[in-house]
Amino acid sequence: MAERLFPVDARDVTVRVGGHEALRGANLHLDGRGRIVILGANGAGKSVLLRVLHGLMAPTAGAITWAGSERRPNQQAMVFQRPVMLRRTAIANIEYAMAVNGTGHSEAELRAREAIEHVGLANVAQRQARALSGGEQQRIALARAWALRPRLLYLDEPTASLDPTAAAEVERIVGRIYAAGTAVVMTTHNLGLARRFADEIVFLHEGRIVERTPADRFFREPASNEARWFLQGELPWNTASPAI
Amino acid sequence: MSDILASFVAAARLVTGGDPNLWSVVSLSLEVSLAAAVLACLIGLPLGTWVGVRDFPGRRAVIVSLNALLGLPSVVVGLIVYLMLSRAGPLGSLGILFTPTAIVIAQTLLVLPIVAAMSRQFAEDAWQEYREQLLSLGVTPTRAVPTLLLDLRYSLLTVVLLGFGRAASEVGAVMIVGGNIDGVTRVMTTAIALETSKGDLPLALGLGIVLIVVVLALNAAAFAVREWSLARHG
Repeated sequence: MAERLFPVDARDVTVRVGGHEALRGANLHLDGRGRIVILGANGAGKSVLLRVLHGLMAPTAGAITWAGSERRPNQQAMVFQRPVMLRRTAIANIEYAMAVNGTGHSEAELRAREAIEHVGLANVAQRQARALSGGEQQRIALARAWALRPRLLYLDEPTASLDPTAAAEVERIVGRIYAAGTAVVMTTHNLGLARRFADEIVFLHEGRIVERTPADRFFREPASNEARWFLQGELPWNTASPAI
Repeated sequence: MSDILASFVAAARLVTGGDPNLWSVVSLSLEVSLAAAVLACLIGLPLGTWVGVRDFPGRRAVIVSLNALLGLPSVVVGLIVYLMLSRAGPLGSLGILFTPTAIVIAQTLLVLPIVAAMSRQFAEDAWQEYREQLLSLGVTPTRAVPTLLLDLRYSLLTVVLLGFGRAASEVGAVMIVGGNIDGVTRVMTTAIALETSKGDLPLALGLGIVLIVVVLALNAAAFAVREWSLARHG
């Protein structure tokens, strides 16, 4: 029987990395509905929050639970800014992800084929994954995540290293994954992407979750000064007040 | 000078003429070295990779020990294996001292730290890159060991060839546990040492030429494989 995933709860989570508090007393509740985009300046703690929610990093203080359990369930996947491809073909990378999750060989082949078609890369299925372009590798990473049929997909700045065309393609694929029933939590610096994609915005500033606001209201009328300064491009470095 | 030149000419005749004495020594040498390299890799590659990716109490001590064993004097290894296999030793009943098996054991013990230490370093470096992605997919560090072994296969082939080269070029330990018995445990390195001391320079030189060609060919193969894999896989 599949383990339950939702709700995902972060309670007073603090993460210290090399003596620095990357995340400070973060509280977040994910019920598996909607598209959440995490925004914040560089070093605000967005990627750390994503990794804690996914179970890749343990909190220094506080707790993270999935459906009330501290045991990390499988029905979640993550795509990183720079995808790591194994030294094998593109399709074998997708099949590998399913094999380690216990999917049988023939079913893994079938689902990998479907996933690579969904991302429009069936023509490069037999090419070495590491020889593909950055945009193609990111799409293979999305296919690899999608093939696992996760209920929750984390995306850590998935378009940050891509040109506009490749970024648009990734955005389209993420939209399709969401439409197919997978909840999405994404970090990005791309405000245009956040506006188009998000249902809710979680805004972080210096390791703290400053606000969680419906996207349309966030971009129209953010609740916090830090978010307003951020949107105006006037968020000062390492200070709690504006430079004006 | 003319003596040296004459020795080289005679050595070349032995190598190209298929001298049975020379080629039996070469054949045994390659057999025991290959067996030792295979054994050391079967143990050392997974062990080194596991140490490279796992976090466990005493890991640093294990890494320091592995690295320290790289400098293990081969005659000491020979002496320890000799003591273990000698009639009064704990494994004396096996009766394998002064046999090719004893040489394989000594060579394996010499090559194992090299294979384990180098594969540990390769795996640790790769783990920095792969760790989050693999853990995200649900791969445990132990399950990551075969994945890394497969993904690092071209880099690790260099380690395998290096291990084979180390085994093939060993003298001291092989001399102690093998006894350099003609037709039984005489390998290239021990034969070169013996023939040189006897003054039979052509045979010693002939064996030296073969040994150098083997080592050169291995290094060329390792280089070619790495170049090819970089071009193919990036």
